[in-house]
Amino acid sequence: MTGVVEVENVWFVYDTNLALKDVSLNIEEGQYLGLIGPNGSGKTTLLRLMLGLLQPDRGSVRLFGKPSTDFRQRERIGYVSQRSTDRDTAMPMTVEEVVEMGRYAHRGRRRLQACDHRIIDEALERVGIADISEQRIDRLSGGQRQRAFIARALASEADLLVLDEPTVGVDASSRDNFYGLLSRLNKDGITILLVEHDIDVITTHVDTVACINRELYYHGDSVSFLESDALTDAYGTHHGILHHDHP
Amino acid sequence: MSKDDLIDADGGINATDNRVATLNRRRLSRRHRVGLEAVGIGLFGLLTIAMILFLLAEWLRGSVEPMSLLYDQYLIIGEWIDFALGTIVFEFGSTWRALAAGLLIGLVAPMLGTFLIHQQMALIGETLAHTAFAGVAAGVVVVAFTGWGGSLILVDLGSQGGLLFVALIVSALGALGLQWLSQHSNSYGDVPIAIVLAGSFAIGTLLISWSREFAPISVDIEGFLFGSLAIVTLQGARLIAVLSVLVVGIVVIHFKQFVFITFDEEAARVAGLPVTQYNTLLVVMTAVVVVGAMQILGVILVAAMLVVPAAAASQLAVSFRETVVLAVIFGQLSALAGLIFSMVASLPPGGSIVVVAIGIYLLAIFVSNRSVQSMSIH
Repeated sequence: MTGVVEVENVWFVYDTNLALKDVSLNIEEGQYLGLIGPNGSGKTTLLRLMLGLLQPDRGSVRLFGKPSTDFRQRERIGYVSQRSTDRDTAMPMTVEEVVEMGRYAHRGRRRLQACDHRIIDEALERVGIADISEQRIDRLSGGQRQRAFIARALASEADLLVLDEPTVGVDASSRDNFYGLLSRLNKDGITILLVEHDIDVITTHVDTVACINRELYYHGDSVSFLESDALTDAYGTHHGILHHDHP
Repeated sequence: MSKDDLIDADGGINATDNRVATLNRRRLSRRHRVGLEAVGIGLFGLLTIAMILFLLAEWLRGSVEPMSLLYDQYLIIGEWIDFALGTIVFEFGSTWRALAAGLLIGLVAPMLGTFLIHQQMALIGETLAHTAFAGVAAGVVVVAFTGWGGSLILVDLGSQGGLLFVALIVSALGALGLQWLSQHSNSYGDVPIAIVLAGSFAIGTLLISWSREFAPISVDIEGFLFGSLAIVTLQGARLIAVLSVLVVGIVVIHFKQFVFITFDEEAARVAGLPVTQYNTLLVVMTAVVVVGAMQILGVILVAAMLVVPAAAASQLAVSFRETVVLAVIFGQLSALAGLIFSMVASLPPGGSIVVVAIGIYLLAIFVSNRSVQSMSIH
């Protein structure tokens, strides 16, 4: 398998606070990796390093084989931020306009072509929101909004889908549907990196888990994760999770 | 074939039919929307082109014969309007100049304002207007010390134009300073805005008071504070025209990028857009527009033209493209109606334009609430 993201011995310091210490992990093509850790554990910092938004103080990060900060084929990454479920914004954008953004990296300053609109239509169909594409996104439920952001990533024909705690504020049933959609996309070949604080979600849906708290405590398959001591080591003895049976 | 198989097959056909129907409905709705947008843009675009042509005719009528003829046609149309309304206003070149400046401000200010309000930077216009006021004061000092009348290599800006040119530079520098403060201070986003707003006004008042002792030109400070049709000089109107064409060109070329950054800055960074550069460009363009708008609206009311039409449009529009088109239509309507009212009633133009704009905003809230209510009833 080809390495989509390669993190090697990365250290990162904010002012004088050590955020990440000697972290190494790889994400292979077609993998569904869940990145987990307590609040302030450096998850988002690691994510920003992987996306090339930050430069490591020591070590290296490569995206599709290139240093992440020099990586230019940005349309290969689909990104869904924490803010995407934020209902404070009242910007009048239709679902379709949001999904169109996925084509911007392809077209630059040129107008969108008929083939772009066909790809947008397909993306809307694939996540099941074609019937609400003319509606304002700020008037949709959290789950529907998330689907629109996934459609945006699909419209960009991304190989890597990166999601930073995407279901904050989304109701339980929409959350299950959303993770079902992600699993289907992963089966279709899209590599997924999911940052989550919900251990239950991570161990149910992803195939590989990386657990960090400034340093990497676990990187391996999700079934073995709960049997390891990684949770106690990373979260301390009072992490208070609910264990569940795997199918 | 079993009964279940038949139901599945029918269900499949129905699902495909539904998908095709949905797609067709979406395409039709998209075509209607684009058609309506085109009508709006066409109508007010023609009006804007007519106004730019007037400014061009006024500028070149001394040197180019057809321009002189064109200029006369505008005045003849003005006489007809005066005859119809029973006024003695529209047959003068200065009235057309004020209308042209107002309509151009009504175009560019709401266009930028739509991006600003959705980046939660509504107050930035007010701040940059105060910076521009400090710029006018700095212009008084520069003209006093250097004796520079405002002549550039290609364009004679005139004495008032010299002031505006210095105000333009100071305002753009103020905008860059504001960006720098926002990025490097650890306070909430609106703290640097409040500091630059107060600081600019303080520097402006100090410079004005100091320059009174030696400045050879008298400046209509009250005009810049509250707006006046009298200070829309030939040079000021030309400056607005050039800046408007420049700003509209930049926004049209980079429209997609501005929309992406305004809606989801983090995702825009991931997509490789130079977000900081685009934000700086937006703020500098705002500073430039503010200097133009300040002449008619005045420092105190200039933010209104950036914020109010865009806020009204956001109430009614379904899409962002529609919001920009509606904001421009509301902005130009406010400028046109406000200016005509102020001329006919001999009242200040700034206040008149802003009152009309707020009227449209309140109407937009009323209409959007009614449509939401009717949606929930059905």
